[in-house]
Amino acid sequence: MELSKLAEILEASFFNGKDRSDIEIDRAGASDLMSDILAALSERGVLLTGLTTIQAVKTAVISGVTAIVFVRNKKPDPDVVALAEMHGIPLLSTPCSMFVSCGRLFDAGLTGLDGAR
Amino acid sequence: MSSLKKSFNIRSRDFIHAGEASITVQQLLKQMRIDPALIRRIAICGYEGEMNVVMHGGDGLYRVEINSDRIVLEISDQGPGIPDIAKAMEKGFSTASDEHREMGFGAGMGLPNMDKNADEMFIESVPGSRTRVRMLFLCKGTK
Ligand SMILES: Nc1ncnc2c1ncn2[C@@H]1O[C@H](COP(=O)(O)OP(=O)(O)OP(=O)(O)O)[C@@H](O)[C@H]1O
Ligand SMILES: [Mg+2]
Repeated sequence: MELSKLAEILEASFFNGKDRSDIEIDRAGASDLMSDILAALSERGVLLTGLTTIQAVKTAVISGVTAIVFVRNKKPDPDVVALAEMHGIPLLSTPCSMFVSCGRLFDAGLTGLDGAR
Repeated sequence: MSSLKKSFNIRSRDFIHAGEASITVQQLLKQMRIDPALIRRIAICGYEGEMNVVMHGGDGLYRVEINSDRIVLEISDQGPGIPDIAKAMEKGFSTASDEHREMGFGAGMGLPNMDKNADEMFIESVPGSRTRVRMLFLCKGTK
């Protein structure tokens, strides 16, 4: 699905990268552990996390995550948004919890980062 | 192709700049049109290694040597060293602090993940003194 569709499903808003909301997402990974993300395949994948740190963005850059969604309305600092923008990674925030975010995306047909359902 | 060497300093406890060496090298390798799957493995190993130096080690060095047939990555730091390397290599073993865990680290998965992604990995450590992790990547190999 397109990132714009994912944003609609999660009632999420963009901090940056809205102009690239047509990028395709077909997997999702949910974790607050950076090593979990780094151990998974992340191409065409979105990362759902409660961590708004600069390291969450760097982990996405290293692992090839396409976009990051912060759950429970968490907001990143401006320097975190700037780094994500520099690397072309859209950042979004949803009011949904991690559980509800995952449930909605699973329902909409996304798979895990390993392709499992 | 002659070999290309790059090195970057890593500062202990500098979470703001941690990962910059790995991201810079990732971009360099992309420009050199290296196989994307190989770039990804090198980036992951470098980043996990950098984070280990920042969290657990002293000031250190990230060094990469790029040849046409092999890429060598070496991450070293000036202590405190790893007392039991076999234990440190176990999945889930971690001495990370609560502060590290709040930042999303401390799963005890860094070294196992590096070992999985490198074609070969060697760790040398002198407790109380220094640690050096060397990783080898074969450019034509499949892993
Ligand atoms: N450079 C180092 N200097 C000293 N100790 C280290 C170093 N690298 C790793 N260690 C020790 O080895 C343990 C395991 O490292 P590993 O990278 O597997 O997990 P972690 O860093 O604790 O968590 P994660 O990598 O999942 O965030 C660390 O908790 C630490 O005790
Ligand atoms: Mg680690």
